[in-house]
Amino acid sequence: MSAALTALSPGQAGDICGFTSDDVQRLMEMGLVEGTTVEVLRYAPAGDPVEIRVMGYALSLRKAEAACILLDNVRPA
Amino acid sequence: MTVSAVASPPVVVTIGNPNTGKSTLFNALTGLRQKVGNYPGVTVEQVSGSARLGEREIRLVDVPGTYSLAATSPDEIIAVDVLAGDIVDLPPPAAVIVVVDATNLRRNLFLLTQVLEAAVPVVVALNMTDRLAATGVSLDHAELERRLGVPVVPIVAAEGRGIDDVRDAVAVQLDTPRIADLAINPRLDAAVAMLTKELAKDPLPARHLEVRRALIDVGGYAEQRLVARHGEAVRARLEALRSDIGSGRNLATLEARDRYSYIQGLLDGVEQRSEVTRERARDLADAVLNHPLSGTAIFVLVMALVFQAVFAWAGPLVDGIDYLTGACGEAATALLGNGLVGSFVADGVIAGVGSVVVFLPQILILFAFIIVLEDTGYMARAAFLMDRVMRGIGLSGQAFIPMLSSFACAVPGIMGTRIIANRHDRLATILAAPFMTCSARLPVYSLLIAAFVPDTRYAGGLLNLQGLVLLALYLLGILGAALTAWLVSRLYWRRPRSRFLLEMPPYRMPSLRAVLLKLLSRALIFLRRAGTIIFAVTIVIWMLASFPRAHAPTTAAVAAPPTLENSYLGRLGHGIAPLFAPLGWDWKVTAAVLASFPAREVVIAALGTIYAVDTEAEDGTTTLTGRIREARHPDGSLVYTLPMVLGLLIFYAYCLQCVSTVAVMRRETGTWRWPLVAWCYMTALGYGGAYVAYTAGNALLVA
Ligand SMILES: Nc1nc2c(ncn2[C@@H]2O[C@H](COP(=O)(O)OP(=O)(O)OP(=O)(O)O)[C@@H](O)[C@H]2O)c(=O)[nH]1
Ligand SMILES: [Mg+2]
Repeated sequence: MSAALTALSPGQAGDICGFTSDDVQRLMEMGLVEGTTVEVLRYAPAGDPVEIRVMGYALSLRKAEAACILLDNVRPA
Repeated sequence: MTVSAVASPPVVVTIGNPNTGKSTLFNALTGLRQKVGNYPGVTVEQVSGSARLGEREIRLVDVPGTYSLAATSPDEIIAVDVLAGDIVDLPPPAAVIVVVDATNLRRNLFLLTQVLEAAVPVVVALNMTDRLAATGVSLDHAELERRLGVPVVPIVAAEGRGIDDVRDAVAVQLDTPRIADLAINPRLDAAVAMLTKELAKDPLPARHLEVRRALIDVGGYAEQRLVARHGEAVRARLEALRSDIGSGRNLATLEARDRYSYIQGLLDGVEQRSEVTRERARDLADAVLNHPLSGTAIFVLVMALVFQAVFAWAGPLVDGIDYLTGACGEAATALLGNGLVGSFVADGVIAGVGSVVVFLPQILILFAFIIVLEDTGYMARAAFLMDRVMRGIGLSGQAFIPMLSSFACAVPGIMGTRIIANRHDRLATILAAPFMTCSARLPVYSLLIAAFVPDTRYAGGLLNLQGLVLLALYLLGILGAALTAWLVSRLYWRRPRSRFLLEMPPYRMPSLRAVLLKLLSRALIFLRRAGTIIFAVTIVIWMLASFPRAHAPTTAAVAAPPTLENSYLGRLGHGIAPLFAPLGWDWKVTAAVLASFPAREVVIAALGTIYAVDTEAEDGTTTLTGRIREARHPDGSLVYTLPMVLGLLIFYAYCLQCVSTVAVMRRETGTWRWPLVAWCYMTALGYGGAYVAYTAGNALLVA
């Protein structure tokens, strides 16, 4: 069972299992590769962008882009 | 100066992820003062300085930060070009210092392994080691050095710790280079070596780098370069090799996976992270500052505070300096008399340049705020909160920080757009940036507000009307910027989706020393402008206003006062004045505004000089504020009525009166087209806005 990153609420975490877009080179270069754990930290006003924690640093990205990231093994807050 | 025949010093470059302290280290090694700040994308151009390693001298080059050698934005391209030796007049580096953030090693090692594959001698500067404990990370740097095969030097660049070790390590790497041998993907390495040999007679390490990127980044910058250099045939060759290595899979995806699993192995037993010790203070601060409600409220409060401060805190200082310049002018006249010399000093230098210098305290208060925002890490939080708005007007989230820095000056703001990869996004930001209220507009606003807006206080003295008017002017600028960005994004509606990818830096306590140093450099920049461009224009104005001198009676002791109306300036002004009469300006205002097209603050110097020379209007006041309050049309009515002042303010909010901005627009867009478009568009907006304000204001006053 996989879920789009944007389906998670703040505090939830999961492991990356794939992408639904080809345009993810920069995301992968920044460490968002399969198997990496991602935690959703918060959403900005209006729910966009979203701030995540990955490999110990915080990154914010627009929802449209974050929605391309699929996570499995989703853990509650 | 003697010309030495010594060979030029070896080039060493500091490269690394954004915000890792490259410029801080560069400054420590060279003694220079490159801009440092706590957000990604501070440095956007390459900067050289000379550094000493014992007896030897090197040429150290600081470049913009990048997460990968797969460059997409102009600033990243600069970093890669310097590394590959593709910059005119800059030899390829003899050694590279890769600055890595010790608290974030995994991601930083991605770029490091890419640089190591370029087969240049590398020194790894392991920076931010002071924060290891706080972030719950422990590192075995000696083991890392053993595994990488190149020197790893732990440092704290901000405190100057470990800098000598970096010097020593670089010297050793220059004398007896140790080159890492990673072999992350041997098939790719082999293909790179083969293609490089096919293409070039001189397979420099730098060429390897370009060929590798061309293979991996389909349609990317390196591929375009190779095709431009070797012809279309290369494209087919690349395609063949790609399908050979990847067997159908995307090489970029493969690279990221391979590299991160290699890094996993590299860090196993080197880095220990205790998950429990997360930075509590940071989490707490983010929970408040990045929260949709409290964060937005604090953002608005911070902005409001800045405007209040500019008036309430600087007010007394400005008045003081203003009084002093007035007194100096009088003293000069008393000392040097009313003759040519006395008039030059009192009316030209003191009344002109002096009236601009008056605003130094306000400029410094504004900058103090900007510097604190930059150094604490708040900029990135504001960008996060405001991204939705940026998207609404069609701008990329990456545009926020350049726009915010345009509050200081549009020139660094426009240069800061180099972090934006998309061409049209970047253009929209470049055209919008000059609308943001820069620090050169502040003196103009201050002068007019202080003279014509009463210092009424509300909410028990917390808010004052002058601050609120200033805030409104800033909002007017933002509105102009938003409208422009929106228009440009309509024009290019078919562009690919723009993105917002911003690393949130840790919060840092700005050091008092760093803030004061930055303030000092801002003060020097301001004074230098006053002493050069403003001084020069003031002298021209003074001469035009003082000549031809009325024929002095040869015998009489009384020198006849020069008549301003008949001076060159007067005749010139009268000629052009009809053009601006619909805005309610007399010829003096017109002349001063026209003189300020090279730089906005000049208008103050020009007005100062014109009214000082204008002895016929002498009425006892010696400050510029007093003089403009009393200025009258020939029919006796006041020049500066409320509608006219409002129009003038709008004119300054929108008009593009800044040669530096025009020049940097030309440089960054590569054509004269955009600065020309911007100039006409902004001038038209300024004139139109002023006209509407003046006529509507008059109609309302009559009604
Ligand atoms: N705690 C700590 N902070 C540091 C250290 N070195 C630099 N900094 C801070 O890190 C921030 C970034 O420093 P810069 O030198 O501007 O970083 P940069 O790598 O040049 O950044 P870009 O030009 O944006 O790529 C600044 O706020 C520095 O004060 C260090 O050793 N320890
Ligand atoms: Mg820098």
